Amino acid sequence: MVDPALVLKGQTIAYTCYCIVILLVMGWFALKITRGTSGVVKPGLFYTFVGFLIVLGVSLHIITYNTIPWSPVDLHRGNYTPDKTFEISIAKHEFRLPSEKLLVDCNDLVLFDVTTEDLTYGFGLFREDNSMLFQMQVVPGHRNDILWKFNSPGTYTIRSTEYSGPAGIHMVVKNAVEVRGCN
Amino acid sequence: MSFTETLLNGEEGLFKPKTLTPMQKLTLRFVVVGLVYYLFVIIEGMIMRLYEISPLPFVSEKQFFAILTAHPLVGIFGSTYSIVCGAFLFLVPFLMKKPLWSFRLANWTFLLIAIGTFVFWSAGFISHYAPLYTLYWPLPADFSQFAPLGGAFFILGIALIMLGTVFFVINVFKTIAYTPEGWEKQPSGALIASALGVSGAENLFRRKKKEHLVSLPVAAIARGTVDMALNSAVILFTGVLILVYMVAALLGHSLKDTAIDALLYKNWFWWGLDLIADGLVLIFVAGTWYLLATMITGRKLFMQNIARAALLLELVVSWTVWSHHLLADQAQPAFLKVISGEFVTAFELITQGLAFFITLATLWAARPLKMTNPLKFLLGGLLGFALAVPAGIMQADVGLNRILHNTQWVVGPHVHVAVLVGLTMTLYAAIYILFPILTNGAKLYSQKLANVHFWCHLIGGIGMGAFMGMAGLQGMLRRTLYLDGEFKTFMILAGLSGALLLIAFLSFFCNIVMSVGIKGVIGIFTRSELDRGTLLPEAKG
Repeated sequence: MVDPALVLKGQTIAYTCYCIVILLVMGWFALKITRGTSGVVKPGLFYTFVGFLIVLGVSLHIITYNTIPWSPVDLHRGNYTPDKTFEISIAKHEFRLPSEKLLVDCNDLVLFDVTTEDLTYGFGLFREDNSMLFQMQVVPGHRNDILWKFNSPGTYTIRSTEYSGPAGIHMVVKNAVEVRGCN
Repeated sequence: MSFTETLLNGEEGLFKPKTLTPMQKLTLRFVVVGLVYYLFVIIEGMIMRLYEISPLPFVSEKQFFAILTAHPLVGIFGSTYSIVCGAFLFLVPFLMKKPLWSFRLANWTFLLIAIGTFVFWSAGFISHYAPLYTLYWPLPADFSQFAPLGGAFFILGIALIMLGTVFFVINVFKTIAYTPEGWEKQPSGALIASALGVSGAENLFRRKKKEHLVSLPVAAIARGTVDMALNSAVILFTGVLILVYMVAALLGHSLKDTAIDALLYKNWFWWGLDLIADGLVLIFVAGTWYLLATMITGRKLFMQNIARAALLLELVVSWTVWSHHLLADQAQPAFLKVISGEFVTAFELITQGLAFFITLATLWAARPLKMTNPLKFLLGGLLGFALAVPAGIMQADVGLNRILHNTQWVVGPHVHVAVLVGLTMTLYAAIYILFPILTNGAKLYSQKLANVHFWCHLIGGIGMGAFMGMAGLQGMLRRTLYLDGEFKTFMILAGLSGALLLIAFLSFFCNIVMSVGIKGVIGIFTRSELDRGTLLPEAKG
């Protein structure tokens, strides 16, 4: 599975380039409208712009669905059989893990099945440098499950990714997941 | 004039509160209260920015989250709603060339928003009630963390504001439709149909097109007001629901919180809240851009029929986009995530892009233009949404949301850039252009201060969003605290950007006070001797 860090890098580059372009365009526009003579903007340009926006808006999701590997897995997770399942519960701002350390073999497809007994929480895995691997919401009275394929070694911290009152900021289990066996 | 004389009487003594009509005074009161609450928001924002760098000894964690809860609500309701309601209660009669339906109701809107904001803000400040604006069930009824009495006052404050907005909604539609005394009978139904876009939609199927009875800005105000009405109903219902639990707790009974389905509640809540964020804000902003562009250029709007249709499309889109807030909720049906969360949300790129292009094309056609304060702030507002909307579309994607949801990315490049740069700069443009109209020709004290206001706000707003976004991309969550200084560098940079925003506001504030003088500010709050039905001193209605 493509590492989320790579996806974020791609997104950062794309958005940064866009920001630079739009800043330059607006700067240029601000200069130009104080000079020159009045003119008419051709409707053709307008309709081309609208067409571009439609293509962009629709294609973004088609592209991500076909290039971000966890997107189809997430939407059709009932069709997959996990190699390993971890059932985790949360109550009173505390994660209850099935074991002290959750061990994962490299390339395993892992199901995290998380339930909450009281409030709405979040469930996220974070790398040692605090960057995020993935997250989901944990809602009471509903099934909250996520499938993830681990294909690189590492140790991950579990953190609640949703606000659940001031006590929620301490919902961190350091180095709770360990992935091993990768070459 | 000496500095002291100017401070007391305003620039060249031109502002004379006695010449103001009751409507002018009321509008200015809305603006003053909106700006005071904006100051609250900036101070709260700075406290939180400093706390994110290093916890402040005089602010507890509970207090921090109480501030985090109040901060966006004071911004949305206390500041933005005040300014928007004040401006539109003036503009609808101004553009329709007839008196406001009810001055008394408008006054109630003003009082309820101002008092309601103060009530919920104080309840949060004193009791530290902090379920955040998201109010994810059953957190607002979690009385092991929050006191029910403080919570009840908090909800009461919000309810007062919602009542004020209901009065605003009634006043806007009544003003569009009613027949003033002594006037020829107005076609009420046709006026409302035109304002809501029904007659425009019917025109698509008619050979002989009917003329639009209301102007485009009034249509924008009416369509945004529909979302305001629906939102008020949702928030009021939610408030009553939470109040039931609070009152029961105060009487010593604990109601079963599992009686409410948390996911259904979340859908309901986001459907209602998105009527603001993805509904009325975008519609009102587009309408304001169109009005500003036509006022600045003195020309007709480019592609105005399409602009009108796009406003209707935006209204319909705003009813169906809420699911992009639930992309990280695994129990949310996949079809809602894809259809509502991704594809309908992408329509906002189209509708907002249309408004962006139409406004720029209208300005372009009128070259050369003088770079006035309204024009430069309008361009800043356009830039803000041009930066923030694509950021929002990116996070409203099933794949990307998995690694962006609830990070600082969401609240930085999307929310803060949209609100601070996009929305606030648009509002400033409106304030600068309406200032001479509302003050009967008062003169701005200093153009240099206006320039400082513009550049500090633009750089501060974009900078804050950018540094929060960078932290988010590296995994920093929103709505939490990092006590070991994990993202300190980004938070220092975001804090410096926040300081620029503070400087910007203080420049603007000093400029306005010096323009109208302290006596003028006081005069705004005194009773006007002129007729309530008169909008401006020169002309009736």
